[in-house]
Amino acid sequence: MRANKGGMSDITRIARQFIEAIPHARALGMVLEAIGDGRATLAMPYDPRFIGDPAIGVIHGGAVSALMDTASGAAVMCHPTGPISTATLDLRIDYFRPATPGQRITARAECYHVTRSVAFVRVTATDEDEGRPVAAATGAFTLDRVRT
Amino acid sequence: MRPPVEPVQIVKQRRDAALRGLVSGVPYMAWLGIQFDRRGDELTAVLPFDERLIGNPALPALHGGVTAAFLEVAAIIELAWGNLWEDLEAGRAQADTPIRLPKTIDFTVDYLRAGLPRDAYARARINRSGRRYASVHVEAWQDNRSRLFAQGTGHFLMPPAAGEPAE
Repeated sequence: MRANKGGMSDITRIARQFIEAIPHARALGMVLEAIGDGRATLAMPYDPRFIGDPAIGVIHGGAVSALMDTASGAAVMCHPTGPISTATLDLRIDYFRPATPGQRITARAECYHVTRSVAFVRVTATDEDEGRPVAAATGAFTLDRVRT
Repeated sequence: MRPPVEPVQIVKQRRDAALRGLVSGVPYMAWLGIQFDRRGDELTAVLPFDERLIGNPALPALHGGVTAAFLEVAAIIELAWGNLWEDLEAGRAQADTPIRLPKTIDFTVDYLRAGLPRDAYARARINRSGRRYASVHVEAWQDNRSRLFAQGTGHFLMPPAAGEPAE
């Protein structure tokens, strides 16, 4: 996904404003990195307030889920079929390993199939060691289109 | 002869302190504002509404990630509390015994309706709890107990029991 390669496109800028205006996305410090064509990349900086295991300083899985859910919704919203809104129907999250303390987490989501009313999305979360994902999820999202 | 019955306040204090110890050690739970209501050994997770939990400002509705996190936290605490309760009752644990929380293997959330900008509640049911793995179902509601707004099922890796080698 290279929607923001070399200067940010209008779509990326508008989408960024839209996502960063979501109160919970802002509270978690989410930043949109790239978006377009049914794919979206969002990142979240490390923050000690989001620790789930104080003994080792690992970010709670719930915060990673929130990042993956937001990235998935963004991927649906920028699908070429032009949905006007979306909502999560279900999300299954698999946790592979604890994210390394101190590192930012990045979620990359893509719509791998869409029907008239549903988008099927998969998303992977990585820390700075991008070869070893920390979590992955798949979900079904509603896809509301303009009535023609 | 039976040992003398402990005064109810002492029992309550010990149980509430143990629950507080379990919940207060996790910064993310405190950040979301999650609390637990206890009646005997039954727990209800409570998520008081806050503006920053909103995911869709137009409706407005709770963020799907908040709902997922709330359900997952309710499941983890239910599992940890179940273990702690037994140890507490048997006198094997004190209120300040450090607790190792179960680790989530996977978690599936079913979004049934939009989360309203109101307090939310969740109760978890342990369907299977083995020595290593556990399966937990969680239901969440807002105004009406019978109108769930989300439910979830997760699998968890249990922490090794005291004296067992770590993973």
